Amino acid sequence: MPLSELANPHRFLRLVRVLIPALAMLALVLIGLGLVQGFRAPADYQQGEMVRVMYIHVPSAWIALAAYTLMAIASLGTLVWRHPLADVAAKAAAPIGAAFCLLCLVTGALWGRPMWGAYWVWDPRLTSVLVLFLLYLGVIALWRAIDDPGRAAKAAAILTLVGFINVPIVKFSVEWWSSLHQGASVFRLDGPSIHPSLLQPLLISAAGFVALFFALHLAAMRNEILRRRLRTLGILAAAEAEAR
Amino acid sequence: MSAALAAILKRDLKLALRAGGGAGIGVIFFLAVVVIVPFAVGPDLPLLKRIGAAVLWIGALLASLLGLERIFAADHEDGSLDLLFLAPVPLALAAAAKALAHWVATGLPLVVMAPILGLMLGIDARSLVAVTATLVVGTPAVTFIGLLAGALAVTLPRSGLLVAVLVLPLAIPLLIFGVAATDAAVTGEIPFGAPFRLLCAISLFFFVLGPIAAAAALRYARE
Repeated sequence: MPLSELANPHRFLRLVRVLIPALAMLALVLIGLGLVQGFRAPADYQQGEMVRVMYIHVPSAWIALAAYTLMAIASLGTLVWRHPLADVAAKAAAPIGAAFCLLCLVTGALWGRPMWGAYWVWDPRLTSVLVLFLLYLGVIALWRAIDDPGRAAKAAAILTLVGFINVPIVKFSVEWWSSLHQGASVFRLDGPSIHPSLLQPLLISAAGFVALFFALHLAAMRNEILRRRLRTLGILAAAEAEAR
Repeated sequence: MSAALAAILKRDLKLALRAGGGAGIGVIFFLAVVVIVPFAVGPDLPLLKRIGAAVLWIGALLASLLGLERIFAADHEDGSLDLLFLAPVPLALAAAAKALAHWVATGLPLVVMAPILGLMLGIDARSLVAVTATLVVGTPAVTFIGLLAGALAVTLPRSGLLVAVLVLPLAIPLLIFGVAATDAAVTGEIPFGAPFRLLCAISLFFFVLGPIAAAAALRYARE
């Protein structure tokens, strides 16, 4: 179905009524399977049991970056193509992306204490992810500061696009600077450098996180559409009461 | 075209420097921030000397945030923003002229004050030169990021804190390379030129991106 057909909120709401439960179920099964397999996988020769943090930390980091990228694309959709649901998608993604970003930071800190000896180090990768979190909060603050949804959408879209420069910095921070954080070990030109016994639960868990993100995102989009409908109905009712 | 830009620059400078413009408050704030640091960490000169450049950068960065929310809001209130839209220059260039005027009125005094405050923190001559050079390059970039934030918040009544929240994450790279260049000048472990050139590059990037994004934000705010 082309994206333009979803411009009709009725059609979108009908579609998500089926999609949300399906994605939520898929997320439950995949994350459950990923975590169970993750706990059965052999412990790392160096990190021991702590390697299992990876099954939550790495997928949430990917989602945090992907959600911001989705927001940037949706911002283009708002400013360039003026798709009516683009700003709904961008607004709904911000708090969810921020939550995954926080999850990534917290699990990373819990892993870092036994592995690096500190909850937090001012390392390029960690710092750039923290900046990503701050950018999420800035976008959310801007959304909340402007009361008119149309104007808020455009302002937030410009800020999102400017902040997007941070996404490649997060991705390549481990290559550009000598970082304490390990480099990319799954998406590499020469293939993953993780042993298959650890890689398989990671990929299952990541697929589950993707399903979870879209289930939450579609639900948040649906809520935003309904919230705006309520707002319009309220304004109409107020205008009618005034006319009488 | 350059006459129109010069007129914008002159008008904004006059407005900032005359009574009620608030150009001097930033310097006082800068002074106050630097003065409270020795109270917080203790009057230990070797320590202050070591962190002095960073203190100057933090103080200048925070002081640069003051008044950014008024760059376009004041013009929006009195209607002169509409004249900027009608001006015979691209809106992005007009916005850049406003940012330049704002920096000359508020940022330049901070740069001039920095070496004097640096002496109070016990910073030696070599790093005084380095920190002043990095501030000359870095503080205008903060103003140009703030130009975008000011444009995004143009119609909001109380947006000072919002503008600060929007600017600070984007200004972090400036802070990193500004302080790194100063450290390089002091310790000599890496050449001063490497981080300094990166700082220049980031500043140039924001000199271009800031006005263009601010002009786009202003146009959308009018719709």
